[in-house]
Amino acid sequence: MTELSKTGAAVGEPTSASPAPTAFLEVRDLKVHFPTDDGLVKSVDGLSFKLEKGKTLGIVGESGSGKSVTSLGIMGLHTAGQYGKRKAQISGEIWLDGTELLTSNPDDVRKLRGRQMSMIFQDPLSALHPYYTIGQQIVEAYRIHHNVDKKTAKRRAIEMLDRVGIPQPDKRVDSYAHEFSGGMRQRAMIAMSLVNNPELLIADEPTTALDVTVQAQILDLIRDLQKEFGSAVIIITHDLGVVAELADDILVMYGGRCVERGPAEKVFYEPRHPYTWGLLGSMPRLDREQQDRLIPVKGSPPSLINVPSGCAFNPRCPYADVPKDNLTRTVRPELTEVGSQHWAACHMTQEQRERIWTEEIAPKL
Amino acid sequence: MTTQRTSGRRKQALAAAVGVAALLTTAACGGSNDNGGSKSGAPGFDAANNKVAQASEVKKGGELKFVTTQDADSWDTTRGYYGFMWDFSRYYSRQLLTYKTEPGAKGAEVTPDLATDAGQVSADGKTYTFKLRDGITWEDGKPITSQDIKYGIERSWAQDVLSGGPVYLQQMLDPKGTYKGPYKDKSKDHLGLKAIDTPDAKTIVFHLPTANSDFKQVLAMTSASPVRQDKDTKSKYGLHPFSSGPYKFQSYSPGKKLVLVRNTNWKASSDPVRKAYPDTISLAISSNQSDSDQRLINGDYDIDASQTGLGPQGRTIALKQHKANLDNPVSGFIRYAVFPQTVKPFDNIHCRKAVIYAADHVSLQTARGGPIAGGLIGTNMLPPSVPGSEGQKYDPYKIAGANKNGNATLAKQELKACGQPNGFKTTIAVRNNKQQEVATATSLQAALKKVGINADIYQYDGSQSAGIIGAPANVEKKKLGIIIMGWGPDFPSVQGYGIPLWSSKYILQSGNNNFAMIKDKSIDGLFDQYNATKATDQAKKTDIAKEINHKVSEGAYYLPFTFERLLNFRGSNVANIYTTDAYSGYYDFVNLGLKNPKK
Amino acid sequence: MLAYLIRRLFAAAVMLVVIILVVFCIFFLVPKWAGVDIATSFVGKQADPAAVEAVRVKLGLGDPIFVQVWHFFKGIFAGRTYAAGGDVTHCAAPCFGYSFRSEQAVWPVLTDRFPVTLGLALGAAVLWLIFGVSAGVLSALKRGSLWDRSAMVVALSGVSLPIYFTGLLSLAIFSYGLGWIDGQYVPIGDSFTGWLGGMILPWVTLAFLYAAMYARITRATMLEILGEDYIRTARAKGLKEQVVIRKHAMRSTLTPILTMLGMDLGALIGGAILTETTFSLPGLGQAVLNGIKNQDLPIILGVTLITSLAVLIANLVVDVLYAVIDPRVRLA
Repeated sequence: MTELSKTGAAVGEPTSASPAPTAFLEVRDLKVHFPTDDGLVKSVDGLSFKLEKGKTLGIVGESGSGKSVTSLGIMGLHTAGQYGKRKAQISGEIWLDGTELLTSNPDDVRKLRGRQMSMIFQDPLSALHPYYTIGQQIVEAYRIHHNVDKKTAKRRAIEMLDRVGIPQPDKRVDSYAHEFSGGMRQRAMIAMSLVNNPELLIADEPTTALDVTVQAQILDLIRDLQKEFGSAVIIITHDLGVVAELADDILVMYGGRCVERGPAEKVFYEPRHPYTWGLLGSMPRLDREQQDRLIPVKGSPPSLINVPSGCAFNPRCPYADVPKDNLTRTVRPELTEVGSQHWAACHMTQEQRERIWTEEIAPKL
Repeated sequence: MTTQRTSGRRKQALAAAVGVAALLTTAACGGSNDNGGSKSGAPGFDAANNKVAQASEVKKGGELKFVTTQDADSWDTTRGYYGFMWDFSRYYSRQLLTYKTEPGAKGAEVTPDLATDAGQVSADGKTYTFKLRDGITWEDGKPITSQDIKYGIERSWAQDVLSGGPVYLQQMLDPKGTYKGPYKDKSKDHLGLKAIDTPDAKTIVFHLPTANSDFKQVLAMTSASPVRQDKDTKSKYGLHPFSSGPYKFQSYSPGKKLVLVRNTNWKASSDPVRKAYPDTISLAISSNQSDSDQRLINGDYDIDASQTGLGPQGRTIALKQHKANLDNPVSGFIRYAVFPQTVKPFDNIHCRKAVIYAADHVSLQTARGGPIAGGLIGTNMLPPSVPGSEGQKYDPYKIAGANKNGNATLAKQELKACGQPNGFKTTIAVRNNKQQEVATATSLQAALKKVGINADIYQYDGSQSAGIIGAPANVEKKKLGIIIMGWGPDFPSVQGYGIPLWSSKYILQSGNNNFAMIKDKSIDGLFDQYNATKATDQAKKTDIAKEINHKVSEGAYYLPFTFERLLNFRGSNVANIYTTDAYSGYYDFVNLGLKNPKK
Repeated sequence: MLAYLIRRLFAAAVMLVVIILVVFCIFFLVPKWAGVDIATSFVGKQADPAAVEAVRVKLGLGDPIFVQVWHFFKGIFAGRTYAAGGDVTHCAAPCFGYSFRSEQAVWPVLTDRFPVTLGLALGAAVLWLIFGVSAGVLSALKRGSLWDRSAMVVALSGVSLPIYFTGLLSLAIFSYGLGWIDGQYVPIGDSFTGWLGGMILPWVTLAFLYAAMYARITRATMLEILGEDYIRTARAKGLKEQVVIRKHAMRSTLTPILTMLGMDLGALIGGAILTETTFSLPGLGQAVLNGIKNQDLPIILGVTLITSLAVLIANLVVDVLYAVIDPRVRLA
């Protein structure tokens, strides 16, 4: 795992010389900074992960933790159409199927968008164009990447709508977004993003805008489709429950960095970062009989301009004083392996964390 | 011209904005087309004021281009009342008598037109007989008969259909209003008016119930033009009057354009007055005065038909660069303030005099536009264009002399004499749509304050004059002690100017013009005397006019502001041009010609 | 869509009747309450009692107001005859009144002058749409650039400078000064090039004012639309940026512009008085101005109605176009 040793490397370390990737999607030391009048907003500050085809990665974190910025960064949407605004500063490497995206010609990246990688957004009503029919929008998505006539494309659109479970797709294809229910809209959105059989699907909070029963249907749909198409999927959410059943791996983000990463069952049952504990504590769980009350993570997300020194989580961490020498507030913790394929960034020792988890946290959940 | 007929001027803001445009134009013109002052040999400043300019330069043919910012009230000879319409109507209408085509005061004298001579007047001055010339024809070639003249005059009685025109003919021929007009006339030929006889087609006889020495002046007015019965389209006649003159209507769209072309059936031999130089006379109606002024200066148009003078920015440009094209004649208008005697304390002559003495006459003149654009300081109530006028020589209150900046001492003396030593409160009524009138009101208000007279200014809708200041009851109720107005003569005589203003017989309940409510038997008597004078005894008429003026001026009913002057632009291509007192200092249109007809 | 259209048409028809009633009341009833005799103002300065009475009879001013309104309505469809004092005047349908000042029916005056105003408004609209919208789009796409800043400064001056200033300035420079353009109105039927020559300055002047407004609105709307989620979706599909702008952003940007255009065109048809006066164009604005000068009530009434009608039609067209552009409107 060579990339892990690099996580804490100094900003600006040349990336061009890095070895070719081994995974389908590999993100190395990704930094996305936005210059503003108040200072540099470090939305993503050194993030690395990889993802294989057919696997699902869940990226979890609060609002402002950098999840969405990461996904837009992979899609190359920080550079497209940023008119006159101060441009986002992006560094690191994003390898998709052997191609490094950040150094590629933007037009080549554009050609990958929608075909090799596509995206589902949080609010399908605002993400769909109000003036075009669902069919027109799917047809457009298809025809960008396929040289077919409109009729063929429309047949494809109806087929996709059928596949995502929209009844009477041949009729509904001519409807507008506002004529659909929320769940139907998200199905249509999914149909549109899958119309070109993308190998990477990024779902950014795909169920947040939907009610609970529909949420489950949409998640089932995404899982089924992933099996069918064999794509790599990234699900971005603030809700661990959403990824609990879906994700193979989970990456927990805090303040623009990864604080814990590992296989889903590890992160759920042996979490090794106090922030992950907090997230688990605030997660409503249907599988538990006794539901006393949700335990929210105290305090508010960190400023991305003046990230707290030391561990970014230290102002909110109940265990900040456990490590000696005030280490938490002075030295930024590196990701360290805490188990097989499982990493966390915390100054507490393995033993301390194991003890706190098993004795203090787990019983309360 | 009983009321002021200046076209509605642009707003102040417009004028201000235009200043910049004018400056730019000045710069643009200066370099390009005006070599050495007068590009086309314009004869000089005031060259056509009371004298003929370019008479020898005139050539036949071409299109004489008029421009105006406002269309005539009507081109119907019976209905028109605008001064420029009367001036212009001589192109297409003739009368028994008309004004001489000569400059200045001579132009105000009448001369035979359709009639062979000045007519036979009976010894008692009540019967006028005229013979018609040979060869006078309508535009279709048929002869003009005495019946046509009678019918044309009768139309004035049909005020219910043909409103708007002057009514002097009714007042002189049928003061009791027994005739109801030709449209209600039951007689077969609709020629039932008893005051006029037409023994044959070439003879017409007028019977006046009482003599009137100005009757011939009235016969020279446009409203005495002949109209042929079979061509009378009643209220629509003004859209296409049937021509008796050298030009006829070719096309007219109201508010846009009027084009006259030669009337080929008109015979020069039958007309001792009209020369008919141009082939075509056109009148463009443009609402933008600064634009039409500019085009006039540039030579796109030859002459301003409404003769209301250039607008402020046109004036600036013209005075700077084209002074040789300007004439600055005195018009027939006097601008003044008048004191209704029904409003206290103006029933007392001393209070009236106090206001006259208190006023700053130079400031009032400036408010009117200064000595060139505004006029001379007015010193009495008879306009300089009217016979009997003494101009500024007669100045009973030394308005243009010692007291021109106001005399507070005299004013206070008069206030004491009036029994108001500490001054009083009153109201100045002024039309809100006349910028200059409002300015004079402000000037007057400031001057009066200095002697303790506190005046409020009451602005009213100018179009509603008849019901506001023209209703004596309302004037009394609202206590309008000072009314600001202006007046010009309908025809150049003391009667044509003053009778509606000063005769007790003309006090009306609505549409009153005797604002001062003058009920002076001696003035009424003088008017009677004037009317009874032999029409030819000009010397006596002049004396009476003088006397009336003195009575009115010394009665201190009025505070005159200015003897108004016009500043008119004479196109460089216009020849045989002069101002005439017949139309209050306007250019005489009928015999204008072009220097270069091909231009 | 058809139902929508019928609904809008019906609403417009009702609105028209209401407008006629209101306008009629303003012109005929309000003066009555204020104690002003309308007949007098029809006759003019020489308020001869006989003439006043004749006008009262001729126009039926003595009738109750609803009878007058009825006659007016009837006149629009069936024509109308005015008679008094042995003089009969027929006003053919559609009779929108008769001007006793200029002795002509109002309708021909309107039809004579309407094309001038329409030509002015439409010609200027084409110019301002082309220049205003493209300047606005460019500014939005190059936000903060030198182009954007200078375009917005020009736009600000365009919005703030009054038409008579820019109009007279352009006349002073191009017509009186340089003499490039004659600047006088020529009917399109007489000479097309002459017409163009007479209209070009008014168009440009008017377009300058409106282009400025449209540029500002377009820029603001475009920036707002570019931040919309569906624009991000369009990019995520892999669309070329120019397609994103042209197909997705422009269509949404056009909606508020279209609304403005409808309002502006409607208003211009009745309200181009300043432009028409500045350039001496014989349009509706001039007609109404002359009407006011001459106290010619029927003309003012007629132009007011035609203007209301124009605004109404413009709004109707906008509503329909709106529905074509934005499918959500059809449901409303």
